[in-house]
Amino acid sequence: MLPDPTEVLRGKTDEMTCQELVELVTAYLDMALDPETERRFEEHLAECPSCPAYVEQIRLTIAALGSIRAADLPPVTREALLTHFRTWNAAR
Amino acid sequence: MVATTPHEPGDAPTPASGERGPGMAPGPRVADDAESALVAALRLGDEGAYQSLVERHHGSLVRLARVWVRDGAAAEEVAQETWIAVLRGLDGFEGRSRLQSWIFSILVNQAKRRAVRDRRTVSFSALGATHGDDGGWSVDPDRFFPAGHPDAGRWNRPVTLREGDPEVFLLSNEVSGRVLTAIEDLPANYRAVIILRDVEGWSADEACAILGLTAANQRVLLHRARSKVRETLEPYLHAPDEDAHAS
Repeated sequence: MLPDPTEVLRGKTDEMTCQELVELVTAYLDMALDPETERRFEEHLAECPSCPAYVEQIRLTIAALGSIRAADLPPVTREALLTHFRTWNAAR
Repeated sequence: MVATTPHEPGDAPTPASGERGPGMAPGPRVADDAESALVAALRLGDEGAYQSLVERHHGSLVRLARVWVRDGAAAEEVAQETWIAVLRGLDGFEGRSRLQSWIFSILVNQAKRRAVRDRRTVSFSALGATHGDDGGWSVDPDRFFPAGHPDAGRWNRPVTLREGDPEVFLLSNEVSGRVLTAIEDLPANYRAVIILRDVEGWSADEACAILGLTAANQRVLLHRARSKVRETLEPYLHAPDEDAHAS
């Protein structure tokens, strides 16, 4: 199985590095970090000139992923899907 | 034989989760008003209600089916079959899970059956676990000062953020196209998780339940998937840098 960075980095007490922080962003956003790691994460964010921008880039990425569903269905697909509905509805 | 009757994921035991916050296991579920109204409208044969539901989820259903089946055409068929099964099962839907969880669980069952039929049996937990991976870094190690350097582990050039209205960025066709390509390029299990979590906006617990993943496993897959998509979008995410002017 893939190594879980929250486990790999758990228990460390020294200053968090940028390279460690980028592995923990999802756990941080899901509020799944243990309290000590969360504290080190936020301490690093408060003093780093770059990592807040990185976390924001991840948030924008998530928002972009959530915005793609607006793409229109091809007419042939839409027609087929509607036919399923009409067939079902007529048979009831 | 796989059961053909659509089931509700709410029937299955919720995986244990040590997580706090929005991923927390829900209690006995009460359908919200909008969803109850939608289900009622569908049962009454309201074509508009069906169309809006289809518009919202069909794309993700096809992309998720593609995790198990051979090609895009097979994925489209599985998604179409799913809508037929949804309509047939609608009267039995009791609202113990969210409507979309129920729809997607039908899709996953259909896709797995299709894979068996096509002798394309895939074990989800093994699928793509390391394939196409580059050592598992979220960010290219070359972006950081190396071990031994006084600033080891720090960014070796600043990370910046684009300015301006995020809406403009998010709704551009160019970005949408990039995101879709990035999703398609992901290993199958990364793809499944990121579709449910970020494209469809599910909670961690919902995604774990339908895909049969542990909380930690789900999080690792999601994190890698997001990191790769961010990398693809990077040219759109950072501020115009000075290097660009110099070159």
